[in-house]
Amino acid sequence: MRAWESGVIGANLNEQIERAISRAIDDLNLQLPEDSKVEKSPDAVLFGKNGQLDSLGLVSFIVEVERNVEEELGVSIILADERALSQQNSPFMSLKSLEKYVALLIKEDASSHHK
Amino acid sequence: MQAATTNDRVLLITGTRKGIGKYLAEYYLGQGNRVIGCSRGPSSIEHDYYRHFQLDVTDEPEVVEMFRSISNTEDRLDVLINNAGIASMNHLLLTPVKAVQNILATNFVGTFLLCREAAKVMKRRQFGRIVNFTSVATPLKLEGEAVYAASKAAVVSFTQITAKELAPFKITVNAIGPTPIQTDLIRSVAPEKIEKIIKAQPIQRLGEMKDVANVVDFFIQPASDFITGQVIYLGGV
Repeated sequence: MRAWESGVIGANLNEQIERAISRAIDDLNLQLPEDSKVEKSPDAVLFGKNGQLDSLGLVSFIVEVERNVEEELGVSIILADERALSQQNSPFMSLKSLEKYVALLIKEDASSHHK
Repeated sequence: MQAATTNDRVLLITGTRKGIGKYLAEYYLGQGNRVIGCSRGPSSIEHDYYRHFQLDVTDEPEVVEMFRSISNTEDRLDVLINNAGIASMNHLLLTPVKAVQNILATNFVGTFLLCREAAKVMKRRQFGRIVNFTSVATPLKLEGEAVYAASKAAVVSFTQITAKELAPFKITVNAIGPTPIQTDLIRSVAPEKIEKIIKAQPIQRLGEMKDVANVVDFFIQPASDFITGQVIYLGGV
């Protein structure tokens, strides 16, 4: 059942997105050495100048977030599309910006199925 | 992650309804492996360890859905063999753009889509073997095969670069370039044209299915974990 069918969009959505992203960080941290584990703080810089992830780490992270969002919400999203890559403020800057972007994609997916 | 033994692997092979794809599926099933196949038509293989998806490899939602289903039912994916392909021989001046789009879509876009989705699954176990299909038409630069050879040249570049991108995940990406083999792919090609290609090969004979299986075996065996980004052409080309 998709997210909007079960009525989860709304109160639970942010929690589910947070969980999906948090699991992706856990998976990623399993592969990282102790001194370069990714922090779960919402404002910590993920990628870019002073970012916690190198480009390969970001690729792995994005793939895991896409997969976890699908598992949690039953919605298939593509995070690294042209729009995300061309935004002035990259959605991959911090966990907070990523959560917002994932929520936007899920809502867009829901409304496209309601049309 | 430990590689599966050579008779306990999960392989995904595209284009398994006939020709080389069907041969390879039956060959690896015969060794006790699990094989997932796909083609635009229904399955032509009956085997307890075989599962078929009827789809077009250029259709992104269908391909993504197949991988979702594989992830739900299999504990892993060890090998992807990107065999599905189409050919068309025409002089440039007589080539419709629709034919160009179809050839590029199946031979290149299909290969791209399957590689991308397979790598997402393989990455989780830090193990994978991908074998793409190019052709001797590319190095032999045959007249009448400009579009087909270009699509297969794209597969070569794609193989060599993705080999670098996927190496950190312990996924190897290699390609085989078969000579003409007696399959539907060359059925409509004039015998003298095939003869001309064979004459250009150092070893002058038609290829056989077992020649393809031999190279694929080499690429996917556990000991080949230091072999990536390579292209092996049959017949000495």
